[in-house]
Amino acid sequence: MCEVLAPGLAVSVLRAVFQEVHVQSLLQLDRHTVYSIIRNFMRTREEELKGLGADFTFGFIQVMDGEKDPRNLLVAFQIVRDLIVQEYTLGPFVEELFEVTSCYFPIDFTPPPNDPHGIQREDLIVGLRSVLASTPLFAEFLLPLLIEKMDSDLQSAKLDSLQTLRACCAVYGQRELKEFLPSLWSSLRREVFQTASEKVEAEGLSALQALSACLSRSVLSSDGEDLLDSFLTSLLQDCRHHLCEPDMKLVWPSAKLLQAAAGASRRAGHQISASVVPLLLEQYNQHPQSSQRRTILEMLLGFLELQQKHGPEEADDNPLLGSKATLCSVVFSAVTDPSVQLQLVGIRTLAVLGALRGLLNPADVELLVDHLTRLILHEEDSKSCEAAMEVAGALAPLYPEAFSGRLVQVLSEELQTAPQEEPLQSQHSRWRRCLQALAAVSTHSGIVRDTVPVLLQCLRRAQKGNVPSGAHSVVSICQSLQRVAVQCQQDPGSGWYFHQAVVPCLLGLAVQAGMQENSSPALGKVLLEEEALTAMVPVISAACTHLSPELAAQSASHVVLLFLDGELAFLPDNSFPRSFQPFQNRQCPALAQRRLVSLLMAFVCSLPRNVPIPQLDRLLHELLALSCSCDCPFTATAAAKCFAGLVNKHPPGSQLDELLEAAVNRLEPDLAEGPHRHQALALLLWVTKALLLRYHPLSARLTDKLLALLGDVALGPAVGDGFSLLMADSPDVLCKSCHADVRLMFRQRFFTESVPRLVKGFHAAAPDAKANYLKGLSHVLSHLPKPVLVTELPTLLSLLLEALSCPDCVVQLSTLRCLQPLLHDAPDVMSLHVDTLVSKFLSLTESPAMVIRIAALQCLHALTHLPPPVLLPYKPQVIRALAKPLDDKKRLVRKEAVAARGEWFLLGSPGR
Amino acid sequence: MKGGGKVDNVNPLIYRRSGERPVTAREEDDELPDTINDHEIFDLIRSINDPEHPLTLEELNVVEQVRVKVTDAESTVAVEFTPTIPHCSMATLIGLSIKVKLIRSLPERFKVDVHITPGTHASEHTVNKQLADKERVAAALENTHLLEVVNQCLSARS
Repeated sequence: MCEVLAPGLAVSVLRAVFQEVHVQSLLQLDRHTVYSIIRNFMRTREEELKGLGADFTFGFIQVMDGEKDPRNLLVAFQIVRDLIVQEYTLGPFVEELFEVTSCYFPIDFTPPPNDPHGIQREDLIVGLRSVLASTPLFAEFLLPLLIEKMDSDLQSAKLDSLQTLRACCAVYGQRELKEFLPSLWSSLRREVFQTASEKVEAEGLSALQALSACLSRSVLSSDGEDLLDSFLTSLLQDCRHHLCEPDMKLVWPSAKLLQAAAGASRRAGHQISASVVPLLLEQYNQHPQSSQRRTILEMLLGFLELQQKHGPEEADDNPLLGSKATLCSVVFSAVTDPSVQLQLVGIRTLAVLGALRGLLNPADVELLVDHLTRLILHEEDSKSCEAAMEVAGALAPLYPEAFSGRLVQVLSEELQTAPQEEPLQSQHSRWRRCLQALAAVSTHSGIVRDTVPVLLQCLRRAQKGNVPSGAHSVVSICQSLQRVAVQCQQDPGSGWYFHQAVVPCLLGLAVQAGMQENSSPALGKVLLEEEALTAMVPVISAACTHLSPELAAQSASHVVLLFLDGELAFLPDNSFPRSFQPFQNRQCPALAQRRLVSLLMAFVCSLPRNVPIPQLDRLLHELLALSCSCDCPFTATAAAKCFAGLVNKHPPGSQLDELLEAAVNRLEPDLAEGPHRHQALALLLWVTKALLLRYHPLSARLTDKLLALLGDVALGPAVGDGFSLLMADSPDVLCKSCHADVRLMFRQRFFTESVPRLVKGFHAAAPDAKANYLKGLSHVLSHLPKPVLVTELPTLLSLLLEALSCPDCVVQLSTLRCLQPLLHDAPDVMSLHVDTLVSKFLSLTESPAMVIRIAALQCLHALTHLPPPVLLPYKPQVIRALAKPLDDKKRLVRKEAVAARGEWFLLGSPGR
Repeated sequence: MKGGGKVDNVNPLIYRRSGERPVTAREEDDELPDTINDHEIFDLIRSINDPEHPLTLEELNVVEQVRVKVTDAESTVAVEFTPTIPHCSMATLIGLSIKVKLIRSLPERFKVDVHITPGTHASEHTVNKQLADKERVAAALENTHLLEVVNQCLSARS
């Protein structure tokens, strides 16, 4: 329409509207039309309208004066904002325009119930704010208004004023703010000092920060005074003395105010730090109590962090440089203090201090590393020790030489020499600490090359039995290696180094152990224990997941041929007494060797999907055979997992179909009867999971098999538990991190396909088998995302309620854990069953198992989220019944009972 | 109590909150009973909110673990509390909150005694007498306004 309007007509139309129509006496809809006309013209005829000059502005002011409808206000606010932003002439009408909009501030609007227009209070607030904060021209009128409203008793008005002030600071300059700075500061200070609400405090602080940023931004004229300087001076004057009273309430609000202002810009940070840091250092030395020192150091830490945030300073200009010596001595004294709390803050400060560029000289760094070394090795408190390790890891890339030369050196010496006079317990814990520290500090490629050989050396000694407490040590070493591996993943160079150094070594040691077992039973057996092998799996896995395809393929051919053909050549110190043939030999040594299939699994299942695996078909058939026929459950499960991991990544096609057909044929007879039923079930579960994850059509058939087995007398309970395996993330195979084919919604899909059948099966099952179905169901439900659960709940709730009466502890617990979040998220549905819920929960509070009593009480606590009218009839009953668990013999139960009963007392009471 | 109104003590001394108690292996053992001790009672009352400040009684040092005495076998609990200033007008209210919290949280067999630490408040005896009088406590809780304030003190902080 607008395009065909002749030039000039828009102006005439508007003139007519302004002169002839008294807009505010029209109906809402017609007023809305007027606004739309104006807005449309502003979009298409900007030039023409601007020709009207200030008349247009005045006209519009008259149009919107007195508007009350929120729908119209939203449009009107937009028009005013466009007037300002698109630079229409406001002429002498700035104040009128401000008056006609600011009269709505602060917005006080509650949408009527069942409001069809969906306008929220927040929409109006944002609309109005975009008008008020759009131009510096409004400043002289707006700032007094904001200062007045900050003093309001209404929290919403306070918050709105503070947020609007922050928005204004984005467009204002020194000139607008100058006159109002003292009163703005005193209002902000009052809000932060006196408020009870964290929200008001946070908004106050961010408004102050915006103010300080705005003052820092403005360009100074040559003769003008620097407002930032005088503003910060008054801040410091009002806050500094509170920092000297570390026990009093106002100490933290003052520190926060100063930190907010200092965080705005480098200049502000500089000025405040220059004044506050020396003061805090002096105060630290004047207050001998550790709790006071801790408060002071925490504040200091905040200021140092800001310094770090603003980046490196010019060398001669750093405000910290002058007090560096005192700063170091304060921080070093804190980390040697006997109070752990102070120590912990000291350690955090150490981290920031170390990360500040250009502050510490090499001698300071050495001292810092020595302090960390002492904390790591000799500090008794485990929290301080852990914190120190973390700091060492964070600082190591900045000072690799210092850490290599000192910390790593000391740690490896400590690991070599085990003092004999110590009791075994402390010897072991010391040992573990060194291992953890070695891993923590391996955050730089140079350091990794120092620490990995030390760790591997420990492993060799463990194999020879030269370390305290056997398998536990192997586990600790492997945990450290795994951590190093994860830290190396992002850097291809370190990653490949780690892979080459660690994988052959681990395999070599394990193979050697597998061969030795017969000749000398005590020696080397450690590495074959389940615990040890399980700990090696994540190390190998983490060393493989991030390799480039070429390097991975090279390594894969070595490893696969080792297992299939016994090719030992690539292993270090390859003098092996006999051959390695885990898949062929049926004699005794092969039994031990077969356990290493778990390492094979860790390797091949973690490779990226595009890495070719040599002789894949043969490998798969060997694994299949092993998983069904091996007597040792550990080996059989490892083989089944390995098979499943490979099947999951196998490209689709006839080859895969044949393979799966072969697997199913192999499974069925074993599953039906014979000595290997449990092994066959494990294979079935893992293969089902592998196919489920990639949405393979065969998974439905396998799920059917599992559902049928739930009714089996011998296998039923194991199948019920197996559902948790299907739904949970498994850590070593079939997970996203080892490149498995995992579809996003597989859980929901499995849920929709299997749950109706589980429910049907439950109703049809024999009384003994019902628990198996409930177990399966509760595992499926507990792994489901909450939003899905909430929508599906009404159909399942009756079953869950029945599950609460099931005598099986696993079912009870998982059902309670399943219901608890629903009480928060779906109160309406749950309200319908309140009667059953109350009585079942109450009866479970007398369960013999402590975990169930606790879970039941937590559910009773969560019940209070239902609407009070539903609950009030039960209040006396519940309060009376909860008196009993208050006297439970376990403290943890009593604690939950207290929490639940307290909430029930508050129900329907004033002041809740 | 929020906003307006005159606060007795604007810038009080504040103390650090002790964290959640770590759970020991013994406590996780289903069989072994845990007796109710001073620490457990202190855990009940330390998180009560002060009627004036957005702080807990522990942070204001109004309650301390050393001033809690419990004998599980004899079913008695005695708690002393220390108002921040000797003329604190909130003393009765704080005492009432502690008492109500303990009555709601302890098994019925316990006899609960709450009183002011000797020598720390101007009208110590009056307050103690009020807190010890069962009927007056019951009557106080019939008063909607008082109940509201007490419940606010006992609500979990949002």
